[in-house]
Amino acid sequence: MTFDAQLNSDAPFNFDPGRNQQPEDKRDGPPWGSPQALELERTWREPPGLVGWLSAVNHKSVGKRFIITAFCVFLAAGLLAAAMRLQLARPDNHLLGPDLYNQIFTLHGTAMMFLFAVPVMQAMAVYLLPLMLGTRSTAFPRMTAYAYWMYLFGALMIFAAFFLRAGPDAGWFEYVPLSGPEYTPGHRSDYWAQLISFTEVSGLLVSVDVVTTVFKLRAPGMTLARMPLFAWAMLVTAFMIIFAMPAVMTASTMLLFDRTFSFHFFNPSDGGDALLWQHLFWFFGHPEVYFIFIPALGFMSSIIATFARRPIYGHPAMVLSLIATAFFSFGLWVHHMFATSVPELGKAFFTAMSMMIAIPSAVQIFCWIVTLATGRLNIRAPLLFVLGFFFILTLGGLTGLILGSVPLDLQVHDTYFVVAHLHYVLIGGAVFPLFGAFYYWFPKITGRMLDETLGRWNFWLFFIGFNVTFYPMHHLGLRGMPRRVYTYPADMGWNTLNLVSSIGAAIIAVSVLLFIVNVLKSRRAGAPAGDNPWGAPTLEWATTSPPAWCNFAAIPVVSSREPLWQGARDATSPGHVAGLATDVREGLVTTVVDALPDHRYVYPSPSIWPFIAALATTFWFIGSFYMPTAMAWGMIPVIIALTFWFWPAQDETRKHLLLEKRA
Amino acid sequence: MNALQDVLHPAGVQAGHIAHLWWFTVALCAVVFVAILAGLSYALWRAPRADARSAPDMASMDRPESGAKRAVVTAVALSILGLLALLGASVATDRALATLPLENAVHIEVVGHQWWWQFNYDDPIPARVFSTANEMHIPVGRPVVITLQAGDVIHSFWVPNLHGKKDLIPGRITTIQLRADQAGTYRGQCAEFCGLQHAFMAFTVVAEDDAAFQRWADAQRKPAPEPTDAKARRGHDLFMSGTCMMCHPISGTTANARKAPDLTHIASRPTLAAGTLPNDPQGLAAWIRDPQKLKPGAQMPAHHVPDDELDALVAYLETLR
Amino acid sequence: MSELAGTPASVPPERRGTALDVAQLPSFGFSHRSLMWWGTLGVMAIEGTVFAMVIMSYFYLRTNAADEWPLGVPVPGLLWGTLNVIILLVSGIPNHLAKKSAERYDLGTTRMWLVVCAAFAVAFVIVRLLEFTQLHCRWDSNAYGSVVWGLLGLHTLHLVTDLYDTVVLTALFFTGPLESKRFVDVSENAVYWYFVVLAWLPIYAVIYWAPRL
Repeated sequence: MTFDAQLNSDAPFNFDPGRNQQPEDKRDGPPWGSPQALELERTWREPPGLVGWLSAVNHKSVGKRFIITAFCVFLAAGLLAAAMRLQLARPDNHLLGPDLYNQIFTLHGTAMMFLFAVPVMQAMAVYLLPLMLGTRSTAFPRMTAYAYWMYLFGALMIFAAFFLRAGPDAGWFEYVPLSGPEYTPGHRSDYWAQLISFTEVSGLLVSVDVVTTVFKLRAPGMTLARMPLFAWAMLVTAFMIIFAMPAVMTASTMLLFDRTFSFHFFNPSDGGDALLWQHLFWFFGHPEVYFIFIPALGFMSSIIATFARRPIYGHPAMVLSLIATAFFSFGLWVHHMFATSVPELGKAFFTAMSMMIAIPSAVQIFCWIVTLATGRLNIRAPLLFVLGFFFILTLGGLTGLILGSVPLDLQVHDTYFVVAHLHYVLIGGAVFPLFGAFYYWFPKITGRMLDETLGRWNFWLFFIGFNVTFYPMHHLGLRGMPRRVYTYPADMGWNTLNLVSSIGAAIIAVSVLLFIVNVLKSRRAGAPAGDNPWGAPTLEWATTSPPAWCNFAAIPVVSSREPLWQGARDATSPGHVAGLATDVREGLVTTVVDALPDHRYVYPSPSIWPFIAALATTFWFIGSFYMPTAMAWGMIPVIIALTFWFWPAQDETRKHLLLEKRA
Repeated sequence: MNALQDVLHPAGVQAGHIAHLWWFTVALCAVVFVAILAGLSYALWRAPRADARSAPDMASMDRPESGAKRAVVTAVALSILGLLALLGASVATDRALATLPLENAVHIEVVGHQWWWQFNYDDPIPARVFSTANEMHIPVGRPVVITLQAGDVIHSFWVPNLHGKKDLIPGRITTIQLRADQAGTYRGQCAEFCGLQHAFMAFTVVAEDDAAFQRWADAQRKPAPEPTDAKARRGHDLFMSGTCMMCHPISGTTANARKAPDLTHIASRPTLAAGTLPNDPQGLAAWIRDPQKLKPGAQMPAHHVPDDELDALVAYLETLR
Repeated sequence: MSELAGTPASVPPERRGTALDVAQLPSFGFSHRSLMWWGTLGVMAIEGTVFAMVIMSYFYLRTNAADEWPLGVPVPGLLWGTLNVIILLVSGIPNHLAKKSAERYDLGTTRMWLVVCAAFAVAFVIVRLLEFTQLHCRWDSNAYGSVVWGLLGLHTLHLVTDLYDTVVLTALFFTGPLESKRFVDVSENAVYWYFVVLAWLPIYAVIYWAPRL
């Protein structure tokens, strides 16, 4: 039987691979309110009920869940930080013993780095990218749903382990041999190692999704040169994750194998090497700081352009800076290891690299300042958080130069100076822009504005509280206070600075509380936002707030970098796409560089299998360190779930056949 | 202010080099920080105000912004110059640190343990080698070459007044060279997280003139004196017949295990349990009775000895000067 | 669309200008045109990085080893590993033919070559099991044992994954439900197999030849 004949036996119509046979009235193009737009909405809506909720794959549902979960982790890890500041507020404090304290600081760092900072940035990408690029979905919606479930289950696992007093306790970088089988018996390090597996699976899959979405799903006409800086930032981030995260996944798997199966990767008495861990960890760990920072640069550029009422100055320089930062960030890892034994020549190289990476960041800061200076400013809460970035991140960047210098690093390494530095960089460089982004895109996501007055209180308390908390830590480090100590003697000269720092932490807590109040209040009672409350230039503001399930009644055609600010110079060029199916989730694939329409693509439909596959993977990951043989047989349920996930449904295939046209 | 453990109060040549580099770097960074904030403030002051309804300014898409370009290029060029200055200063300091003259050096081997420090003073004559715990004496003005080894996990050796830190890594041997130029007592502390009691893994460094150092070293080389009074005698017997000698060595006696700090001259040291508590008879008694209360997780178990035996043990240990 | 500048953004773009009708564009594309190709490429980049990390770990351990590498273990026997190099290289042919048939939408030959590809993968896995016997050490003997078992195990994992992938795809091609874009999957499956082949060559060199140098 020929292939066409077989297809015909499945198809309830005269199958013709040379022609799309979709009826005219089931093709998109007509505006909101038309029957076609209504059918599109039905098609892209999530299925009803609990099973439907677990089967959700629309990028907005998944993205929103991702953001909310990451924010909950931020709050939980923030509470852990508050507990630490309470403990350190006075000397010789016995509020928390060393065992609990060590678990708390380990979980705080692990959760903030692996379960908040990276996922929340990717979550913003999953939610915003299709809207900003003018399409209806990310490339692999089921995979992204699976990535979310893996992330959620990983987070639940590690916090459950903490409450069961099995929280990891060797620091967020779990140096061997302390975290190895000899010095941490039990399962504490196993939970940590598998948490890495959860977050890496999630982070890597989302990255593959982001790269494909950015390259292949941009609206027609959105050439790479016209792509928003936010999308560039997310693209660069995704590439960095793809090349950096495998290193830590390799390391954590080696650790798990050392612990579970008596491998000797890190055991010096059997030919293993303790420093191998540090190389692998920091080959990931240093780029990680930058793939937390670079998405924030994307937020910055979006917000500054909108609130300075002009395009960002030096767009090509901004793009090149993002790419240069990504490249350089892979050449810095050894500056976390200056106090081990690194050869002299190596040290000079890594110092030079650590200084060089400041250049692309400086270029971006200067371009933003010029943009602000030559713009007309609409000073609102999102912009305030961005201005906070300039103060805090600049200071953090400068202390970063200090840490990049070998002699200075030998003194301040592993002290509170580093704690101060990393919080200046990560909170100033990522969390402030992120809060700016929350204020900026909240109206788009919910259809309501956040309260501006509360927003200003939120900003100023956060800004002041942050500096009160973390500035004194620089001095604590210089006065010799090492990081990760659960208490300290009273006669070290550290008492006042620690108390001040703890007071600052309380101010931060109040400001975050204000943010939560603002969100809860504004979600229901905030001023209605309208489509484009800020007068912003990018495509996500061209649709309704909150966005329709299908994002756009018709996919836009783009002819400039700021499509809502500047249209085509040629009046005859098309304004939107038409002809995609309204009764299945069909999208348009375009070419990588020029975004020319290439082919149509039917996205996978909602499915429960990503959820089930994530459950099976969770069982495999956790089971494997309780029952070593489960490392092998635990894979079987995962494989079965993935097979069901892949296997096509008869009725869906029939619909696809109607749409089919061979190249 | 207490300068026991302070980066910016250098008492030796190495820490001095680093402090110089520190002040140079901080001055340069402060200039950059102020310049960037000034630029930002100027931008905020200069730019007119608008709201969300203001038409965007698309003029930049049509004509080059030469003033903006000049500003950015100048700022980037200045940044690169600043970075080069920092890099040069950093590399020069690094060279200075690596070229400390080492004639007539004192050689000390440091072994890091969870959670205490062992100091072995090397000597060509084996009988003159001695070992101490959590306390290190060095002569002022003479270089000290310290060999670092980890007994269990990674630790980091750090005396901020004298030098930056150096890690102790299992399976490797690292070294650090320093020289104290001012007499004084400095505090050092483990700087790499090493488990439960990382917070209490400190040690004391006494820098004194060469004669005093030699006197101290000679005293340390002597075996423990025979106890003279009856109470100390009883303490000695308890020590040698109980569990103490299974871990702690005391030279000149039958206690020669090497698992725990050498107690030959314990009474001469300022602190107990790596900086956990002051070394006095009450502290010693409390420590022997229940170390887990004072330093939870420490390797030494609690000893529920009767009060009179505890008194005797303390009396004996107090004779070990 | 020139009226777009200046029009309030609340007017949806589809109300402006004319439409670009894409209904008669193809419904799939081969190679770099397809989303699956980019997804597969991303996965290969991730896994290639993992291979590179383990290989670098091998040489790091070797450089820093106190004893003569391979730490007192006899060098691995060459027979089965080398045989697998040959099997893998030859298996490129049926994969190439499967890919070509798929790109011609030729159902019969695609089915046939998929079966042949799966058979090659099975042969490879069987020889792979024999390879493990030729390492002359266990994973818990020492760090050398750990890293060679790690490398070989990691590659085996990819092999088994692609074998299973091929089997499922073959089954789909015999039972349906089918549509033409499944031919793209066959093409991508072949690309992934090329990756498994190419990854094997450096891993083979490291496991079997590095200890002999």
